[in-house]
This record gives sequence, structure tokens and C-alpha cells, in this order.
Amino acid sequence: MPTTRLSSPLLTAAVLAGLGTPVVAQDLVLYSGRGESLVAPLIEMFEEQSGADVEVRYGGTAELAVLLQEEGEASPADVFWAQDPGALGAVGDMFAPLPEDILNRVPEGLRDDQGRWVAASGRARLFVYSPDRVSDDEMPASITDLTGDAYAGRVGWAPTNGSFQAHLTAIREELGEDETRAWLDGMVENDTQAYSNNSSQVQAIADGEIDFGLVNHYYLLRSKEADPNFPVDQALFEDGDIGNLLMAAGVGVLQSSDDQELAQQFVSFLLSDEAQAYFSEDNHEYAVVEGAGSGNQEPSFEEVREAAPDVDLNTLDDLEGTLNLLRDAGLL
Amino acid sequence: MTAQIKGGRRRAPPAILTAPAILVGAAMIIPVFYLLLRATEGDPATVVSLVVRGRTAELMANTAALVAGVLALTTLIAGPLAWLTTRTALAGRGLATLLVTLPLAVPGYVMAYSLIGMSGHYGFMNQVFGWSLPRPEGWLGATLALGLYTFPYVFLNLRVALSTLDPSLEESARALGCTPRQVFTRVTLPHLRPSLFASWLVVGLYTIGDFGAVALMRYEVFSYALYTQYVAAYDRIYAAWIALILVAIAVSVIWWEGRLREGTHYARTGVGTGAARRLVELGPAGQVAAWGFVTLVALAAVGLPIAVLAFWLSAEPVLPSLPVLGRAFWQSVSVAVPSAILAAMLALPVAVLAVRYPSPLSRLINRLAFVGYAVPPIAFALAFVFLSLSTARFLYQSHILLILAYSLAFLALALGPIRSALYLARPSLEEAARSLGYRPLGVLRHVTFPLIRRSLISGMVLVFVIAMKELPIAFLLAPTGFRSLAITMFSRTSEGMLVDAAPYAAAIILFSGLFVGVVLRQEGRHD
Repeated sequence: MPTTRLSSPLLTAAVLAGLGTPVVAQDLVLYSGRGESLVAPLIEMFEEQSGADVEVRYGGTAELAVLLQEEGEASPADVFWAQDPGALGAVGDMFAPLPEDILNRVPEGLRDDQGRWVAASGRARLFVYSPDRVSDDEMPASITDLTGDAYAGRVGWAPTNGSFQAHLTAIREELGEDETRAWLDGMVENDTQAYSNNSSQVQAIADGEIDFGLVNHYYLLRSKEADPNFPVDQALFEDGDIGNLLMAAGVGVLQSSDDQELAQQFVSFLLSDEAQAYFSEDNHEYAVVEGAGSGNQEPSFEEVREAAPDVDLNTLDDLEGTLNLLRDAGLL
Repeated sequence: MTAQIKGGRRRAPPAILTAPAILVGAAMIIPVFYLLLRATEGDPATVVSLVVRGRTAELMANTAALVAGVLALTTLIAGPLAWLTTRTALAGRGLATLLVTLPLAVPGYVMAYSLIGMSGHYGFMNQVFGWSLPRPEGWLGATLALGLYTFPYVFLNLRVALSTLDPSLEESARALGCTPRQVFTRVTLPHLRPSLFASWLVVGLYTIGDFGAVALMRYEVFSYALYTQYVAAYDRIYAAWIALILVAIAVSVIWWEGRLREGTHYARTGVGTGAARRLVELGPAGQVAAWGFVTLVALAAVGLPIAVLAFWLSAEPVLPSLPVLGRAFWQSVSVAVPSAILAAMLALPVAVLAVRYPSPLSRLINRLAFVGYAVPPIAFALAFVFLSLSTARFLYQSHILLILAYSLAFLALALGPIRSALYLARPSLEEAARSLGYRPLGVLRHVTFPLIRRSLISGMVLVFVIAMKELPIAFLLAPTGFRSLAITMFSRTSEGMLVDAAPYAAAIILFSGLFVGVVLRQEGRHD
């Protein structure tokens, strides 16, 4: 019968596939919202140093945060490494407090004030622009300038993106609710173009669709690495402007972890000189541990620190308020 | 001659069919229960403020416009192609079929990235040819991106219907004096209805639930609101409300399709296996025009993504080592192949019940079978996380659970072609076998199965190809450490490293394409 001839190899493959993947006992399970090309070399280093076996579950930061909530106590994860503080805050209740000696390695604004998570690497919010279409006198001094006539229809942003939303929470903190609402409405009226994420804004400037974008600093650096002539540049607003927020990707240990010690050892490893140097030198991010070397990127960590407004990442937990504001402005 | 087979043979279906079909129906309700459970945890005032607002209406209108656009585009592309490859003497029909089935293998986000990567000042077309094309976006961009890789669903469904339809029906109509146009509108088209509706349903539900391509094209639809709630607010409770609304829309579409489909059934009757079909001669100009159309479609739907990926690869040729690629490929296949087989096996009893034993129960199960496909993937996956942690912890994050979830989520894809083929296959053969003493399972195996073999294979291909590129369900349900091609690709794009992701995207298209090619060849050999 032709049917059996066709389906038996498929069935064999199915059976083999079902049985063929051996279950390996893992010492440490990491849920990583950060990408494999970034994480994998670090994992290898850690495995070599500690002799432990690490299994990584890659996924979107938000999907993994939602998954952790659904799993609750039953979660197999030991460590959660997220792209932004918002996701860490969302599962904050599930984290076990980290020891002082780990927490103290990171400046106060870059760790949870209840000690449940720490930043592992830093990134700056700033603006990207087209050097071909933007003249020197058009460079904005403040993010609030972007509601002006000169910028009508020329600016991009990503209202659904986690980094932007955390940034907006900081803006609320700084400017107050009413002024932030007025700024958002002004941006909408000024025909600010919505994109789904950071890299699509960078791409849209290269493509001539917009002239300015509000992004994290490292997306452009990666495009420049692939093509030094990539037709986009980036700059900070004036020193102290809320547009220059210093943000973090961070990590926490789950209460339900059955090996807290190894999990903490992993967090500690991420804050080691070796790992910190990797973030700044190989990944265009910023080291968060004092004196760990900040690589040689544009803008430098000193410039970013200098320009950053004085905002504690711990104050950025009212995500719901930010989302409501975005909804009222018709952006979500 | 056409005979309307009324449902009234009043024979109870054998338990070997009913039991698995009921299980399928029940499994499909799991995600809905889960969503209701989460939804009731919400605060009513917040729910009202989230759901009852002008924005909701706007998003709904956009969703409706997108579905209409995608259905029109896919039908306009797939209709002529299905006819050309089954009814005409088009040279190299096998190759043409393969070329226009391949777009199925293209992940939606890759298609959207390609359309964007092709155009604009920095785009591929401008850098290579000096043409700065306008960037596709909004309704048009989303319709193009979705239409260009979903039209093969319509194509494959119509192809099965066109090649299973008894040619003597059309011959008779012609002999009775009908013009070719009348034959088409009075005989062919009505017989195509079940497959056309089934494929519209699949494409429509896909469009309603898609987020990736739509987000990249900056077109704001209802799934946007849902995704934002899960992903921006890390919230499962109010997201459940939005998901339930999406499911309600989908279910009303499913019921509407069911009513249309169940109106009348057509089957071939009479003796013989159906005369060999007379193919329409195209002539040299017709051949050129037909191949021109096939080439245009293939270039846009497959050529473009491959060209853009190749362009990215040429920018920074960091190729992954073969063992890494091979491992990722094996992991993808180890889930996609069993999911495809299981989905088809589960769809078969559901389809046989619908067509051979119509009853309120079989109708209900057939509609429920689409619910898994209509529930937004992230909600679907959370439901299985919840279910497995609370009842079968040992299954949690196992291969088996992922395969089970995939086969239920994509069962609808396999069901469409199988059901269409059964509608067109003669029940009298099965009755003859039964009267010769075959048990129900024997009838299924020796008579029904060979009759609908081609549609079973089509169904499996559809599930396989979608499982190769699926992401949200794999994120939540795959075993930890599972690194399929799609996950490996995502864990690069998530850091904005499109160039590093390109080899994996190319591998998905290549391997799925090879599989489709091999299966289509098998199919051709047995005909």
C-alpha cells in the first residue's frame, strides 16, 4: 500500500525524535530575555570557571516574565535575566534578596532598593538622527523640544517598546503627570511616527523616512559595525535632560531555585571584571561596576553618566500609570 | 451527476471515530477555560475602561480591513495558480506548484523585514540597483506581507479540490451545452466552495491573530492591543479579556463558515474512478503568460526574502558552524514532524465525522477544532503551562507537551484539506466495503485513507511548515535548552542583530522548502 510506504519513515522519525533527546540533569536553569549571541560566550566562561552545567531558555523578556508568573512556585528557573527593569519589577515578588556583597558592587540607582535584582549592564537613551538632513542648529537640546514645529513629522518613537515605556515612566517622575501628558499630546499632534522597536527607527532614518528617533544607544553602534558608512549618527541631549536616561538590563535569583548558592554565584560572575569588560567591549553596552573599564564607544560611559538625569531605576515601577497615559494619548 | 448526500443515513458513528474526536473537541476548550479563569480575576472597572473605548472600535475596523485585504489578495494570487497547475497543460507544472508552495516556508517576520529591507534609501534595491522604493507600511504593507506568505493555504486547498473533483461532472455540463464560463460558475465554483471557505477561514484567523508582520508594518490591529497587554504590561489578567474578545470574533467567523459549508454537500457518484481529465491547452503565448505570472509570484514571495537575506549575509558573512546549524535543524524537525503527523491523525476522525456522520455533535466538534488555531498563541501556550503544572507536572516543558500543543494549535490546518477531500470522495465505496464485512477501522484504512491520501499529506505539510517557524508557543512550552532554527534566529533579532539571524532564517526557508519539495514529488509519483 502506498500509504504505509510513505508514512513509515515519517513515523520512525517521529518516534526517534520523541525519544532521541536525552534529558540532561542541569545544575542551573537560566531564563534569558537577552539574545543567544550575547549570552552564550558568557555562559561558556561561567561553566568553565564553576564546573556547573547551565541550561538556557531563550525567549522574549516579556514572554518569559509572563511565563514566570504563570509558573509561580513551580518554576524550574533559577535565574531570570531581563532586558529591562520593568520586567524584573513585574516578577519582583518571586525573587530572593541578593547578598549585600553582590548588591554593593553596583551604584544605588542601578539596583532594586529591596535588593531583589541588580543591573548587569547599562544602556543609554538618546536620539539618533540623519547627518545628511539635520543641520547643527536643528539638534534638539531637550527631548521636550521635539514637539516644536521644526520637528513636525520628522521624529520616530516606539510607544509599545519596553525601553521607551520605562523611559516615559522616568519622564512622568521628572516632569509630573500633567506636563508629561501635554508632551505626549504635543508629540502626537506633531505627527511623530510610531515604530515597533529601536532598530526599525534606526533603519527608517537610513531609509529617509524620518530624521530623528528615540532609541537605546547600542543599536546604531551595531549597524555601524556592519557598515561604517551607515548614514545615521547619534547624540545626547543637553546635560541633565530627561531624554538621556541611563537604563539597565538586569538579573535576579528566583526564590523557588533549588540551588540559591550557584544562582548567586552566576549573578556575581556577571558583575566580575571579565564579564563587565565583555559587555562594554564586545557588546557596545556599558559596564555597571565601578572601575570595570567602559570600553571605547561613542558616547563614552563618562559622557552618558555626566549627561544622565538623576533618576533612580527603582522609581520606575508604575508601569500601569504609564500604560494608561499612553492609552489616553491613543498610542496603545 | 451531482447528488446531494443528505445527512440522514442515521447510522451511529463507530466509537473508534467518536472517542478521539470528542477528545479533540474537549482539548480545544482548555485554552478558553484558562482565559475565563484568568479573566475572572480582573477588576470590573479596569476591564470596562480597557475594553470599552474608542480605540477598541478603531482597532476592530483596522482588523476587519486587513482581513478583507489579505483574503482578496490571497484569492487573486491562488485562484489562477491552482487552475493553471491542475487544469491546464502548463509546461513544468510540478516545478510551478513547488515554486508557489514555497512561500509557506517564509516566516512572517522575515517577509515583513524583507519588504522593509528591500525599500527605502538604505534598502537593498537602492544599494544594488539604485531604485529607492517607497517603504511599504500600514494597511497596504501589512496586507502585502501577510498575503505573500499565506496565499499557498488557499492555493493548496483549491488544488486539492480541483484535482479531486470528478471531471465527468464538468464534461456533462459541457455536453449539455454550457459555455466554459457557465461550467465554471455553475459546476466548478460551487464544488470549490468548501475548500475556498476552509482556506479563507485559515487565512482569516491567521490574519486576526498575527502580530509580528503587522507590528513591523506599523498597522494597528486588535492583536496589537492584546500583545501590548501581555508584553508591555506583563499582565495575564486583562490580557485574558482582550484574548477572549479575539476568540469571540474568531468563533463567530468559524460558526458562520460552518453554516455556509454545511448547507449542501457534493460528492461524485456513478461508476468508475472518474475519467482522466482533459487538460486545457495553453498555446505558446498562454504558456509564456502563465509562467510570467508564476515567476512574478515566486519572485515576490520567495525570491525577495531570499535576495534580502543573501544581501544581509554578504554584508558580514558570519556563518554558523555546520554542527550548530545541524543541531538547530534537528531540533526543529524533531518537533515539526511528529506535530504534523499527530495533527493529521487527530484531524482525520474529526473530518470523517463531519462528512460521513453529520450530527449536532460532529458539527460542534468540527467548529471547536478551529478554536485552538484561533486562540492567540501566547494565551494558548499559557493555558498548557497552567494545565500541565497543575495536573501533569512530569510533562511540563517536555517534547511531548510541545508536540501535543502544536498538533492541537494547528489541527485546523490539517482538517481543511482532509475535510474538503472527503466531501468530494464517494461514500458508496466505503459502503460497499462495509457491506463486504470490513470493520469501521478497516474501511478507514483500506478505502477512505487511500482516497484522501493526497489531502492528508497536504495537511501534514501545512502543519510541518508552520511548526518549523512558530515562536510564541515554543518560547513557553519547549524544553529548556531547546534551540530550534526559529528560536536561534529570534535570539539574534531580539538584540537587533539581523545579519547574524540571516543564516537561520535562510535555513528555515531552505529546509522547509526541501521538505515541501520531497513531499510534492512523492505525491506526484503515486498519482
